[in-house]
Amino acid sequence: MSHEQPSAYAYLRHTKKFPNVWCSGCGIGIVMGALIRAIDRLELSKDDVALVSGIGCTGRMPVYLDFNTMHTTHGRALAFATGLKLAQPGLKVIVIMGDGDALAIGGNHFIHAARRNIDLTAIVVNNSIYGMTGGQSSPTTPLDSRATTAPYGNIEQPVPICELGMAAGASFVARSTVYHAVELDRFIEQAILKVGFSLVEVASYCHTTFGRINKLGSAVDMLRQLKDTSLTQAAAEKLPPEQRAGKIVRGVLCDLDKPEYSALYDEIIRRAQGPATEKVQPGEVFRAR
Amino acid sequence: MVLKFMQGNEAVSWGALAAGCRFYAGYPITPSTEIAEMLSRELPKLGGKFIQMEDEIASLAACIGASVGGLKAMTATSGPGFSLMQEHIGYAAMTEIPCVIVDVQRLGPSTGQPTSASQGDVMQARWGSHGDYPIIALSPSSVAQAFELVVTAFNFSEKYRTPVILLLDEVIGHMREKIELPDPDSVTRLERMGTNVPPEWYKPYGDAISDVPAMASFGSGYRYHITGLLHDPMGYPTQRLDEIDPWIERVQRKITRNLADILLWEEDDIESVNTVVLAYGATARSARHAVKLARQRRHKVGLVTLLTLWPFAEEVVARVGHTARRIIVPEMNLGQLALEVERVAGRQKVQRVNRADGEMITPQVILDAIEER
Repeated sequence: MSHEQPSAYAYLRHTKKFPNVWCSGCGIGIVMGALIRAIDRLELSKDDVALVSGIGCTGRMPVYLDFNTMHTTHGRALAFATGLKLAQPGLKVIVIMGDGDALAIGGNHFIHAARRNIDLTAIVVNNSIYGMTGGQSSPTTPLDSRATTAPYGNIEQPVPICELGMAAGASFVARSTVYHAVELDRFIEQAILKVGFSLVEVASYCHTTFGRINKLGSAVDMLRQLKDTSLTQAAAEKLPPEQRAGKIVRGVLCDLDKPEYSALYDEIIRRAQGPATEKVQPGEVFRAR
Repeated sequence: MVLKFMQGNEAVSWGALAAGCRFYAGYPITPSTEIAEMLSRELPKLGGKFIQMEDEIASLAACIGASVGGLKAMTATSGPGFSLMQEHIGYAAMTEIPCVIVDVQRLGPSTGQPTSASQGDVMQARWGSHGDYPIIALSPSSVAQAFELVVTAFNFSEKYRTPVILLLDEVIGHMREKIELPDPDSVTRLERMGTNVPPEWYKPYGDAISDVPAMASFGSGYRYHITGLLHDPMGYPTQRLDEIDPWIERVQRKITRNLADILLWEEDDIESVNTVVLAYGATARSARHAVKLARQRRHKVGLVTLLTLWPFAEEVVARVGHTARRIIVPEMNLGQLALEVERVAGRQKVQRVNRADGEMITPQVILDAIEER
């Protein structure tokens, strides 16, 4: 707690990159701040951090940050990150995605990255909508909410991101909101430290599309709604189930110690190479057959 | 050197290892699966890594990620998977990240006929991803050539920072043939040009005399941005025309000004003949035999076997078109590369021989075409 607030300045790219693309009042900036604080507190070298993203508003975050950054294709960030992590196991690979990015087009990659339990930190910024394209319904749009592609109300059930991550095999799963910024950077810090697939869902908002279409007010109003509709796990457990519905439950939902993919693959290499004295050289591979 | 009897798919795997491939991500699909199976066994022996991904989209994504991490990376697939990979072929072209994509062509469209041969992905290899981008595609016509060309594919990929496609067909992929495997140490291996400038000077997409900027690996102390958006020399997104146009010109130029290096073909007596058979892949084997038979019957026939399909060997075809009265283009499709031959040599000169039912074009069919007047 004695740690000073870091200067975000040291982590930003200053040439040509600002102002950012996000609408004023957007929650994504709060997530970026939390990520910077977490990395600063862990005292990670900027050279040792890779930030990988997909497409969408959240996907634009890496370009502003002075790490090894990769803005990939829609939904596929985890697949790119998987290859990068295997090639450079020493890198802390953090994947930042939106809800449509991670759970719709990227849903399969999400499940399989969690299933492999590869050491990636996945942060999903959930604003319940496709913001960049102007407010279409996403896999996390609440039932009955409106979107530009659900003008009469959404009839699809929202996907529970954290529960899906846990079911698929993630080691660490936590949820917070952009209102709870201090808690959020703690969760991100824990997620980065965790060896294995870790997931942090951040409940955010999009006042310019979702908020406007559903008449939820300004960015500040929506931040307040996050405060009012969220509660800690302990508080949630005391509530009867019918009162829990529609609430955002914050907290570390799972924290398990399980074998991690890259470490397991190192064991595969040891098995394939046999006893150290018989290490196979490239030239001998052909002859060995 | 060791004498072996093996499949084209196996030769591709050994060739990839000899070329320095240390990462493979793939998804099972007939008729390419042997490559994944072999590399899952052989890569870890060399300290390399194999991963079976959830689909072909993720496979090529993982390869690109590994390449950014500094490993030479490859994936292999067939038609349906090749369709899925188009997204990231475009991404690799846009971001100039080396990777090799092997497509063992099978009969399409859609699921088609998984164990039947085809050359139906020729145009997809050129134009499969959206937008304009340069691409290199190579096509072997023997098991030995599969080994050679996968090495070449890696070398081109690293040298020009571009995705390279190796177009096998089911025949070459599954056929067993004699091959002299070279000593891996004797194989020419090119590495991507790295950088040693101070990190603050590094421009990942800056001008280079060769038109191919140096590429630093993530984690090597050079922090930079990679994006599928059009970008400036620093890799940052741009909408400025004075930054977009130079990028478009440079990535085209890095291929077009190196055609002398990239275009590979074999020609057999194309001077003073009136007919030339132009073929590639498994069809080139039938063509070779047909030409031999035709010569025994005193027909003046030449043979061109294209190894580089893309960029298209315009100069070669123009030269052939200049001397020969007729160019016969046999393909296991309904006429794909023939379109390019017609574009360069003129439609009147081109005689197509096509078959797209999964069976090979026999020498007799080509011989009949040669004897057709």
